[in-house]
Amino acid sequence: MAKAKVPTPAELLPGISYKPPEKGWMDVKPDFRPGTYCNPSGVKWLEWLDYPYPHAWSVTDEDWGLPKDWKEIILQGMEDRLKRFRTLRLFFDICVRCGACADKCHFFLGTGDPKNMPVLRAELLRSVYKRYFKPAGRLLGEIAGARDLTEDVLKEWFMYLYQCTECRRCSLFCPYGIDMAEMTILGRELLSSVGINIDWTMASVAQCYDKGSHIGATPQAMKDMIDFFAEENERVTGIYTPVHYNRKGAEILFVAPSGDYFADPGTYTFMGYLLLFKYLDLDWTLSTYAAEGGDFGYFISHEMGKRLNAKIYHEAKRLGVKWILGAECGHMWRIMNQYMDTWNGPADFLEMPVSPITGTRFENAGTTRMVHISEFTADLIKHGKLNLDPQRNAHIKMTFHDSCNTSRGMGIFEEPRYIIKNVLPEGNFVEMPPNTIREKTFCCGSGSGFNADEYLETRLRGGLPRANAVRYVHDKFGVNHLGCICAIDRAVLPTLLSYWVPDMEVTGISELVGNALVFPDEMERTTDLRDRDLVGFGEAEEGGEEEE
Amino acid sequence: MDFFKRHFFVALSAVLGLIVIAYVGARGNLQLLFGVVVPYMAALIFVEGVIYRVVQWARSPVPFRVPTTGGQNRTLPWIERDLGEKLDNPADFKHLVGRMALEVLAFRSLFRNLRTELVKDPDNPEGARLIHWSYRWLWLGAIAFHYAFLVVILRHLRFFMEPVPYPITLLTDVDGFFQFFVPAVYLSGIVLVVAVAYLLFRRITNPSLRYISLAADYFPLLLILAIGTTGILMRYFFKTDVIAVKELAMGLVTLHPKIPATAISPLFYIHLFLVSVLFAYFPFSKLMHAPGVFMSPTRNLTCNNRWVRHVNPWNYPVKYHSYAEYEDKFREPMIDVGIPVEKEQ
Repeated sequence: MAKAKVPTPAELLPGISYKPPEKGWMDVKPDFRPGTYCNPSGVKWLEWLDYPYPHAWSVTDEDWGLPKDWKEIILQGMEDRLKRFRTLRLFFDICVRCGACADKCHFFLGTGDPKNMPVLRAELLRSVYKRYFKPAGRLLGEIAGARDLTEDVLKEWFMYLYQCTECRRCSLFCPYGIDMAEMTILGRELLSSVGINIDWTMASVAQCYDKGSHIGATPQAMKDMIDFFAEENERVTGIYTPVHYNRKGAEILFVAPSGDYFADPGTYTFMGYLLLFKYLDLDWTLSTYAAEGGDFGYFISHEMGKRLNAKIYHEAKRLGVKWILGAECGHMWRIMNQYMDTWNGPADFLEMPVSPITGTRFENAGTTRMVHISEFTADLIKHGKLNLDPQRNAHIKMTFHDSCNTSRGMGIFEEPRYIIKNVLPEGNFVEMPPNTIREKTFCCGSGSGFNADEYLETRLRGGLPRANAVRYVHDKFGVNHLGCICAIDRAVLPTLLSYWVPDMEVTGISELVGNALVFPDEMERTTDLRDRDLVGFGEAEEGGEEEE
Repeated sequence: MDFFKRHFFVALSAVLGLIVIAYVGARGNLQLLFGVVVPYMAALIFVEGVIYRVVQWARSPVPFRVPTTGGQNRTLPWIERDLGEKLDNPADFKHLVGRMALEVLAFRSLFRNLRTELVKDPDNPEGARLIHWSYRWLWLGAIAFHYAFLVVILRHLRFFMEPVPYPITLLTDVDGFFQFFVPAVYLSGIVLVVAVAYLLFRRITNPSLRYISLAADYFPLLLILAIGTTGILMRYFFKTDVIAVKELAMGLVTLHPKIPATAISPLFYIHLFLVSVLFAYFPFSKLMHAPGVFMSPTRNLTCNNRWVRHVNPWNYPVKYHSYAEYEDKFREPMIDVGIPVEKEQ
């Protein structure tokens, strides 16, 4: 498939209009231009996973090769989910279409497409519910907001359920808490049930299922990558940071999203983790089997999410660790917070997490037995256990992007900020406008499995509100770094910002900790983990030459 | 006719049709039907319908605890959370009750509402930028509407109670405090009609909102507007025999229904019929958001997932890739690079 041409920002932005078209929404059919859809899943991924109806199809084809009884499958699937999820039935029934959610969606703000208003995106599903499950819809049809389930309707679902990143911003503003994410998850399950999936997510899931992580690294490849970070740490800081794999009897199992060992700038975050663990002489291990903290399965179905997530507790049990430490990741933490224990618990073979350094009992993780690295680090700093030199981050003027999932599916706001304030010099941290951060934060535009290249235009559109707020602090305060605690953010925000706000770097918080950590008897550092010269350290003026 | 017109005019015709039906009925000496049978049926449908729907919702379980968190969660003891955060991310039952109370009584989520617009900005290379500002008009309209409606309903209890309890009399007096007109003007009635008119106005004039609106959105607004208007007309302009109305109402609530000897104006029967329709329509419509909000899993659950286990009643075992299978596949390379294995061969 040809790669879509992406318009320039100056072409794209003025083209956005929030004025709906003349035609009613039921009469507007989905228009699949390149750049507005993700490629269909490869057949083999579905076969690896025993997923239904693996078949080759193309989004732009008239015939999507659906199974003969696709309609019955979908309707049966809907009925089944109405019985199993109160959310679905309730959210179908109680929406008053007040429109409070409309301009809260980043995809609506970036595309102007009215079907990206959460209320209408939900109505795409709700209209079918009304037609087949409500007497009024059965009787009155369109005037009751009901419509037949046709292939065009299914295509529309595909288009708009994959223009929702399950960020839940709409659900925060909804007076009844109607959550589009919930309907998107269940709607995508329905699409999956007739063999309609996207390749980016499905490939990652299949690889994760089979090998251990979304990036499909074999155990030896994973070890190779991470050992390299240890070497890099040694090169930059002179300190050897040991890495442990599948080590039985370790106290802590460390689970990170594979994005952090796959590509920059996540890799620098991983170097930060390693430095911290070395500094503490932590008794820890990685697992090459439970090698993935993220869970793209959750972007396909509750069941697939559970199938991937199951590995973590099983591995913790096999290795005999006491508790689990989780790295910086967004959807991973919504899952660890709201799903993991329900799916795959109880984790009664683990112990109440206790920091071996400070003795703090993480009572708040009393049943999941899994602690967030930001909580862990903030606790260390609070107890004065880390010798930090914020001047080593003086070249970084940063703002912080709250990730959707950690914000509206967990609520971890203060810990990362506490760390940031301790590892950055005073005045180097600036918040974005209040309506765009914390629980009101905007999505990166590529969450829930949209990193696909062919989808770039839509992702850049969806990321507009985020980038727009970054632009504000960039222009006004000279902010040059965007910090985050999410691996998808680290993977996609550099692309987004190079498009909308050039000259911005994206960084994980643990990378900053790695920069600032002062080891006893360490060699003098003149660069940060990215080999950039530090401000006011050593032979900074000669640094440029040395690099070449 | 386009989508908007179809949906709007169907709703409008329905309300006008109902008015005509009631008028014809009252003129045609069908007082027993419109004064007794229809109200009883409406009440029955309302009660049974609401119970049915609530039970239907309740029968679907809540497999996952998925509250929307709107503030810092409870973590380390030294991380301070102000009251707002404790309510927006409730860690215990007490604060959960607080969150629900704020949601139900003060429309907390709507109060948070923002408006986002793309505005021209010559300083930006693209010539425009997004701005977000606090936008509370919808909240104000909604809160005015709901509280006015509540006061109106409570005020009407004086027709159904003898003697009229003191709180109702007091409420009525306060509501009619501004005596710039005789009889005293009830503020609640005015606010109700104005608020409904505003909600209708924004639905019709805001292009996005008009685009998403269905007949089911216009109908209740028009119906309530008609109910409010007929009520106001009866009280201030075309006086109705209040004694006879009370006689009818008392007959209904004491289950000894009878049509009063003195005739009541057709306007009253229109009013009563529209109210009956509203009650009967309630359980089958979006008006069920009223009981529904109490059952919304993103609002009514404590955010304590990490320390209190939530059980999914239909949780079932799934096929996952076991460690043994994994090791069988990768044993050799794992041994080669020195990753510990369970079985050496």
